[in-house]
Amino acid sequence: MNRLDRDQMAARVARDIPEGAYVNLGIGLPTKVANFLPADREILLQSENGLLGMGPAPAPGEEDWELINAGKQAVTLLPGGCYFHHGDSFAMMRGGHIDICVLGAFQVSVKGDLANWHTGGADAIPAVGGAMDLAIGAKQTFVMMELLTRQGQSKLVEACTYPLTGIGCVSRIYTDLGVFAVGPDGARVVETVDGVSVDDLRTLTALPLGSALAV
Amino acid sequence: MIDKQFTDAHAAVADIQDGASVMIGGFGTAGMPDELIDALIARDVRDVTVISNNAGNGDTGLAALVREGRVRKIVCSFPRQADSHHFDTAFRAGKIELELVPQGNLAARIQAAGAGLGAIFTPTGYGTLLADGKETRTIDGRNYVLEYPIRADFALIKALRGDRWGNLVFSKTARNFGPIMAMAATTTIAQIAETVPLGALDPETVVTPGIFVQRIVAIPRAAARSAA
Repeated sequence: MNRLDRDQMAARVARDIPEGAYVNLGIGLPTKVANFLPADREILLQSENGLLGMGPAPAPGEEDWELINAGKQAVTLLPGGCYFHHGDSFAMMRGGHIDICVLGAFQVSVKGDLANWHTGGADAIPAVGGAMDLAIGAKQTFVMMELLTRQGQSKLVEACTYPLTGIGCVSRIYTDLGVFAVGPDGARVVETVDGVSVDDLRTLTALPLGSALAV
Repeated sequence: MIDKQFTDAHAAVADIQDGASVMIGGFGTAGMPDELIDALIARDVRDVTVISNNAGNGDTGLAALVREGRVRKIVCSFPRQADSHHFDTAFRAGKIELELVPQGNLAARIQAAGAGLGAIFTPTGYGTLLADGKETRTIDGRNYVLEYPIRADFALIKALRGDRWGNLVFSKTARNFGPIMAMAATTTIAQIAETVPLGALDPETVVTPGIFVQRIVAIPRAAARSAA
């Protein structure tokens, strides 16, 4: 079956981020979205450790370790960008000032519940960081993930079995096989990758997915 | 005359006792007050409760305090990282207690303490393991969790410049928790790269007003460990 690779997934997410948006990209896979933002749109990236107007990575040797992103990688600040403390940063998030947040996930439910911080394993050391604040704070939360686990299980599920990060917070899921809308009315296929049908996705997820697309 | 300057880090932390609660600024190593923590390690203080975003990175700063077995409990959002080996070892050995707090709730609870609020209702964490057993309320159709302020006996923070009244400006993303921790501790100790005369900091751009800072210690960057 045809699948998008991770760069193609990032490019697909980037296409849906509009001119003028304030955006937070979660650590890990979503960070790639920054590489594909259309050059003709002014989009401001927020990093929850205290900067707005984040620029690309500096040239090797130019790193300033007091200028980092949430993943603790060296970054730069665009002209017009600014710094602020953690209280203000999470007010931007929790107060609904950020338009879009893109996060990775272990599982998302058809209602938009998100599980992405903890496997619940007895020997795992839990770490949550800003995940719970990001999930519920932005006006829209997008998830970017492969649809299936390495074992072939769907990560889009009827109900999450991993510990929740937030309830009903996700609106869209961008995967390697298609794009889904989720929420109070359940899950719907918005778009499929070339060569993948809505029925294929119903089979892979074992979910009664709605869709306005031709089957 | 008000003069909050201390001549060295050891003198600035000399009254931190066993069992103290200590906020430590920094996000990873950005804003980590390494020299103040080194001075604390030199005092052999035990059973400290630390409030910080992480649980130590690499082998310096908070990681060194954990490695030396001085920390009884840590309140943080993101302990587990590629370079949190000292915390991981202590945690798996049962030598350190962890209270995990979502990052925005950590900030808001610290701010609540600094602002004199009795508690806050926060939407973050509602319906998750981290809100288990906590009081909740629905306000205007949104669900919230009751969380209490986090205050501390001391805050150790790092800023760029300060004056003898304790006014501070910070450096880039090394600002992070510094300004809000300064407000939430009984005694805030700031290590700064440079002391400047009163009036040298533009009053329009002072980030932390001196009223929130009790002690400053100048540790020029050339002398800081990162350059040593």
